[in-house]
Amino acid sequence: MFEDLLNIVVRAAFVENMALAYFLGMCSFLAVSKRLETAQGLGLAVIFVLTVTVPINNLVYQYILAPGALAWLSPAFADVDLMFLRFLAFIGAIAATVQIVEMALDKYAPKLYAALGVFLPLIAVNCAILGGSLFMVQRDYTFPESVAFGFGAGFGFFLAVVALASIREKLRYSNIPPGLRGLGITFITTGLMAIGFMGFMGIQL
Amino acid sequence: MPKLLSRKERETLLDPLFNNNPIALQVLGICSALAVTVRMDMALIMCLAVTCVMTISNVAVSILRHGIPSHIRVIVQLTIIASLVIITDQILEAFVYEISQELSVFVGLIITNCIIMGRAEAFAMQNGPVLSALDGFGNALGYSVILMGVAFFRELFGMGTLFNVPVLHTVADGGWYPTNGLMVLAPAAFFIIGFFIWAIREWKPEQVEAE
Repeated sequence: MFEDLLNIVVRAAFVENMALAYFLGMCSFLAVSKRLETAQGLGLAVIFVLTVTVPINNLVYQYILAPGALAWLSPAFADVDLMFLRFLAFIGAIAATVQIVEMALDKYAPKLYAALGVFLPLIAVNCAILGGSLFMVQRDYTFPESVAFGFGAGFGFFLAVVALASIREKLRYSNIPPGLRGLGITFITTGLMAIGFMGFMGIQL
Repeated sequence: MPKLLSRKERETLLDPLFNNNPIALQVLGICSALAVTVRMDMALIMCLAVTCVMTISNVAVSILRHGIPSHIRVIVQLTIIASLVIITDQILEAFVYEISQELSVFVGLIITNCIIMGRAEAFAMQNGPVLSALDGFGNALGYSVILMGVAFFRELFGMGTLFNVPVLHTVADGGWYPTNGLMVLAPAAFFIIGFFIWAIREWKPEQVEAE
C-alpha cells in the first residue's frame, strides 16, 4: 500500500513530469522562470493547490460524476452518467478551492500568502492543475492515490520550474544570437531538460 | 471593387499570423499545444477545435461584455469557454472517436488554454462581436500555423509519413530512411518551436528581445 503510493509520487514527479513530459502549465512555466524567487513562489503554489484540488475532484468524481455515482442519493439515480459535465465541475471546484485557500492563507498564514502573491489566483487557470484532475480520472486513482499523485505532480513542477529559473539566471550572461535571445533559447533549454528527465523513465519502486 | 474587410478588420485578422503570433511572441497557449503535435491529423483536429472554441467564445464574451460585472468576469469567461469545450469534446467523441481518445485530456485542457482566456480578456471585453470574431479566428490561425508546422517536422522525420501517408520510405519497410526516434518524444517539440521562434525573429528583427 505505502510502496504503491510512493511509487505514484515518484512517477508523477520524475517520470511523468507535468511540465517536461506533458507540457502542462507551460505558459506560467516560461513566464515566471526569469527569476529564481518568483519561480519558487509559483512552484510552491502549484504543489499546494494540486495536493488540495486533485483529492477534492476525486471525491467530486466518485460521488457525483462517475456513471452510477449518484446511487448513494437514491437507487433511482443508479444509471445516471454525468461524465460530460466533468470539465465544468472540475474547473468550478478548482476555482472555488483556490478562492478558499487564498482567503484562509490570507487570514491564518499571511507570510505564506505574501510569498505566493499573484500566483495563487492565477493558478486557477493553470493547465497543470486541471490536467492533474483529468489524469486522475483517466487513471482511476483512489482517494489516497489521488493525494499522492497531486503532491507528486506538484513537486515535479516545482523542481522543473526552479531548475529552469536557475539556468535562465546564468543564461543572462551568455552571448546568444539575437533572434534566439529570451524565448527561443528558453524553449531549447527546456527541451534539453526534458531529455534529462527522460533518464528517469522506467523507474519502478 | 469594394473591399470585403476594412483595414482595421484585416489587421485584426492577419496580425496574429506572424507579426503578433500568440505562441511565438505572446507566449500563450503553449500548454495544450505541444503534446498533440506528434502527428499531423491529431494537430489538425486540435487546431479545428481551438479555432471553433476561440471564435465562438470571443463572440459570446463580446456580446455579453456590458452585462458581465468586472469582478466575476474570469468565472463567466471560464464558464462560457468550458461549455463550448464540452460541446466540442462530445462532437469529437461522436465523429472522430479514435483521435479523440488519443488527444485524451488535451481536449479538456482547451479550457485553460491561455490564448482563449487571454483573447477574451484582452480583446473581446473591449470590442464588438464582428471584430472579436476576426480576432479570435486570426489568433487561432496563428496558433494553427505553429502547431501544423511543428507537427509537419515531427511526423515527417519521426515516422516518415504525413497525415499517415508514407512520404519517406523507412528502413522498417525496407526503404532508406531511418526514423528519428527523438522527433516523436517530448523534447523535439521544444527544440522545433525554439528554432521556429529563431526563424521568425531573424525574419522580423523588431521582435527580438532586449538584452
